[in-house]
Amino acid sequence: MRVVIAEDSVLLQAGLTKLLTDGGFEVVAAVTDAEALLRAVAEHRPDVAVVDVRMPPTHTDEGIRAALVIGRQYPEVAVLVLSQYVEERYATDLLSERTSAVGYLLKDRVAHVADFLDALRRVAAGGTALDPEVVAQLLVRRRTDPLDRLTPRELQVLKLMAEGRSNNGITEALRVSPSAVEKYVSNIFTKLDLAPTDTDHRRVLAVLKFLGG
Amino acid sequence: MVAGLGGGYRERMTWLNKARDWRPTLHVLAGMAAGAGVGAVLAGLVVIWLAAIWSLIDGPVGGWELAVLYSAVALAGPALLLWAVRGFGTLQRARFRALLGVEIPAPPRGAAGNWALRPVRAWRAPATWRQLGYHLLALVGGTAGGALVAACWSAPVLAVAYLAGRLGDGRRLGLGLGAAVLAAAMLLVAPRVARVVARADEAAGRALLGPSRGEELAVRVESLARSRAEIVAATDAERRRIERDLHDGTQRRLVSLALHLGMARASLTDAPEPIRQVIEQAHDEATEALAELRQLVRGLHPAVLDDRGLDAALSGIAANAPLPVRLRVDVPTRCAPGVEAVAYFVVSEALTNVAKHAGASHAEVTVERTGDRLRIVVSDDGRGGATLDGGGTAANGGGTGLRGLAQRAAAVDGTLAVDSPPGGPTAITVELPCGS
Repeated sequence: MRVVIAEDSVLLQAGLTKLLTDGGFEVVAAVTDAEALLRAVAEHRPDVAVVDVRMPPTHTDEGIRAALVIGRQYPEVAVLVLSQYVEERYATDLLSERTSAVGYLLKDRVAHVADFLDALRRVAAGGTALDPEVVAQLLVRRRTDPLDRLTPRELQVLKLMAEGRSNNGITEALRVSPSAVEKYVSNIFTKLDLAPTDTDHRRVLAVLKFLGG
Repeated sequence: MVAGLGGGYRERMTWLNKARDWRPTLHVLAGMAAGAGVGAVLAGLVVIWLAAIWSLIDGPVGGWELAVLYSAVALAGPALLLWAVRGFGTLQRARFRALLGVEIPAPPRGAAGNWALRPVRAWRAPATWRQLGYHLLALVGGTAGGALVAACWSAPVLAVAYLAGRLGDGRRLGLGLGAAVLAAAMLLVAPRVARVVARADEAAGRALLGPSRGEELAVRVESLARSRAEIVAATDAERRRIERDLHDGTQRRLVSLALHLGMARASLTDAPEPIRQVIEQAHDEATEALAELRQLVRGLHPAVLDDRGLDAALSGIAANAPLPVRLRVDVPTRCAPGVEAVAYFVVSEALTNVAKHAGASHAEVTVERTGDRLRIVVSDDGRGGATLDGGGTAANGGGTGLRGLAQRAAAVDGTLAVDSPPGGPTAITVELPCGS
């Protein structure tokens, strides 16, 4: 799969390039600011763009804005946004523009190579990857509390669903049987009054919509 | 004896030569001239103004041009008089500075506003009337004092003139001698009289030409408030700078380090066990250091606070607290950046306190803006007993954290209240003026 990297730290750019190349991706361009990113995406039409949030010139949210532009102009290009801090507000912005082929993770996550590459592949394949921190931030906003009806285990499963994980992913993360996960999922949907869905992607949307509202 | 006389003479000569000792006399004499001149000009202005008004009331005689002129004078009179009062005040303060070395600060001019209302406001200001009072006093007391000092210094000349007129008139010898003695005595006390008059003038000048005590305090309060605001702003700027430096430097290096250790860990699966263990431990520690540093820097001044405001920034600290936190923010329009920074710090520190000392299972943060007030309440269901001062139990950390919060709030004219009965629950309420 072909990747464009936008990261203004040369050190991290080199590290990411090596990580992705070793992981079987082809890095077609590595740039250091948002404008160059948009040019590279237009030129190379990669499968996925890995984008840092704080880039020149203002070092605030350039990456988020560039990701939104890519979402509008090149919907076929998946975007994974990386940042040293994740912000629920930026996540909401990202998800308002597109709800598939999008990811938002802490930069720390690149240290867990296998998990990170999994998340990148998931995003490139049209899925979502939300950092657990973002999910936690979304959870503190909830007021009326159907969430109180969930058992601690069900809450864990809900968070993993919000991160964009499939049943398999949840099974692996919690080290429980697939049938147990299915049971948790259906309990959660019943307790939260959500319509059951068949695909992983729609499930993520339903959960995020619940958390966001 | 001779030496004593010589000493006295020399002393007197240096005394006479010392410019400093001539200054009261010069000041008083200049004051006499200035007082008379200023008084005459001001009186002239008042007379012209009253005459113009009187002519208007009485019905102007002559052409319409005269009526226009009277009206113009009647209208412009107060402004002109004000200008003269202030200008002469400046002149008199300059006299004190130049001749007496006494610095009298100018009274406050009052805030600029509508130009048409400015003279009205100035005439309602006590400072204007005090200056006018000084000018009247200078006209009467200043000229009298000046005349007295002038008479003392010129007493010998006057005496000689008097005696010259009576030359050859033997019967008046006693009178002549009396006049000579009196003249000598007046000359001797002349410097002292000049000093006394100058001191009285100085007292009047300080009381009437400068700012009153209240006005001085008002100026002082204003400058203190300004310097305090500058300190608060500088602290914020410093926190931002540290955040940016860590973000651009240390954090990136740590991410790179953790990334490379992660790659080593992933690829060296068939390495000998001891090597694998070392790499795994290094990798774990690098990721933990990264997480700790992120927490620390997030508490300083997150970029999202400037970028998206308090509401957006608070979910980060609420989500990272080690206990479940419910967050409710209702701030339709943003407050001043400095106030947002304080509010952010308050929530961050209060939640840290709760996590450390309260033994709580839940915490709740509400932030609301009503009018110009930002109200922050951080409550928990812990054991309570928290106090602002150090007298609390060990369980609540002796209140040191809360004292710091109260100081931070006070720096932007905010208040902090603690409600924490023993056994809980605890609620910390901070109110800040929004400042925008």
